[in-house]
Amino acid sequence: MAETFKFELVSPERLLVSADVGEVLVPGSEGDFTVLPRHAPVIAMLRPGVLRIPEMSGELAEIYVRGGLADVGPDKLVVLAEQAVPLGKLQREFLAREIKEVEDLLAETQDEDVRRLAVDTLERLLSLRETLNLAA
Amino acid sequence: MPSLKDLRNRIASVKATRKITKAMQMVAAAKLRRAQEAAVAARPYAERMNAVLANLNAHLGSTEGASPLLVGTGRDKVHLLIVMTAERGLAGGFNTNVARMARQQIRALQAQGKDVKLLLVGRKGADALRRDYGGLFQETVDLRAVRQIGYAEAQGVARRLLRMFDNGEFDVATLLFSEFKNILTQKPTAVQLIPARLPDAAPVDNSEPHADYEFEPEEEDILRDLLPRNIATQIYRAMLENVAGFYAAQMAAMDSATRNAGDMIEALTLRYNRSRQAQITKELIEIISGAEAL
Repeated sequence: MAETFKFELVSPERLLVSADVGEVLVPGSEGDFTVLPRHAPVIAMLRPGVLRIPEMSGELAEIYVRGGLADVGPDKLVVLAEQAVPLGKLQREFLAREIKEVEDLLAETQDEDVRRLAVDTLERLLSLRETLNLAA
Repeated sequence: MPSLKDLRNRIASVKATRKITKAMQMVAAAKLRRAQEAAVAARPYAERMNAVLANLNAHLGSTEGASPLLVGTGRDKVHLLIVMTAERGLAGGFNTNVARMARQQIRALQAQGKDVKLLLVGRKGADALRRDYGGLFQETVDLRAVRQIGYAEAQGVARRLLRMFDNGEFDVATLLFSEFKNILTQKPTAVQLIPARLPDAAPVDNSEPHADYEFEPEEEDILRDLLPRNIATQIYRAMLENVAGFYAAQMAAMDSATRNAGDMIEALTLRYNRSRQAQITKELIEIISGAEAL
C-alpha cells in the first residue's frame, strides 16, 4: 500500500485504534462508504454496524460500532463511537442488552424521528445477530 | 494523671488507628492511579467531540429552529443543579467544598427569584444538603454499587436529565463537580449543560489546507444527534474527574492523619517513659528512705 492515512477509533472510555492504514469501510447512516487516502472531507453519522479495516490482522479487523460519527479529512479519519467492540469479542448478552435498550427506547418515545431511527437500529441489530448466529 | 496502663492502652490504640489510615492512604493511592488513567483515556473522545462540535458550530448558519438543547427554552425560570459528590467520606474537605458551592449557588439563584431544583449524584452531597434543601431534591443517583465508573453510568444520568428537560421540568441545567487540577488541588467547578455552549471554531490554521466539510446527513441532524451525546460526555468527564479528585483528597487526608497519629504516638511515648521513670525514682526513694529509717 503506497499511500496511507491516519485512522483513529475513539470510544468514550478510551482510544481503541490509532494507526496508519490505507482503507477503512465505514457504516454510515446514509450508506456504507470506504475511506481511502485523500478522501473529501466529510462528517457522517454512523449506523450500528461493522467497521472493517482490511489491513489489520486479528480482532481489530472487524469492529462493531454504534452511535457516533466519522470525521473524514484528506489525511485522517476519526471515528467517534459510543460503543465499539471487536466483532470476535461480541457476546450474546451484550448484543441482547443493546437490543433491549433500543426496544425500551421505542416503547417510551413519542418523537417520530427518534422512533424511525430506533426501528432502523433495531432491525440492523437483529440482522447482525442473525448473521453472527448469536440468537438466543 | 493517667496511670501507666492507661498510657500504654492509648499508645496501642493510636498505633492501630495509624495502621488503618496508612492502609487507606495506600488504597487511595492505588485507586487514584487507576482513576487518573481512566480520565486520561477518556480525554481523546472529549477532544475529538469538541473539535467536531466546533466545526459544526462554524458551519451552522442560523440557530433558528435549532434544538432547544442548544438555544434553551426561551425562559430562564427554573434552574436545575446537578451536584456531584463522592459516595464516601474521609476525604478532607472534598465533599464539603462542593456542597458549599451548591449552597452559594442555590442562595444566589433564589435571591434572583428563580426556582431551583437539585439532582444529586453521590450520597455524600445528598446527605449534606438534605437538611436545608431536601425539598428541592428531584432525584438522587447512588453509585455506591458501581466499582468502576463507566460511560454507561454517565449515560444513565444524561438520560434522566434529558427526560426531565423534555418534560419541561427545568430551563437551565448546571453541573457542579470537583475539577481535578492536580493531586493537591481539586476545585469545585460549575459547567452549564443546557442550553449547551458550543466551543468556538478553532482558529484557522493556514499551514494546512483548510477543507470545507460536507455533512451527511445535514448539519442540523448531526447536531441533534450529537448534543445529547455531548451532555453524556461532559457528565462522564465530570464523573471521572470527581472520582480522581476524591481519591486524591482521600490520599492527602489519610496522609496527614497518618502523620498526626505518628506525632501523637511520639508524644505519648515520651510521656509514658517519663512517668515510668518517675515511678521508678519514687519507688527507689521509698526503699532508700525506708532503709535509712531503720
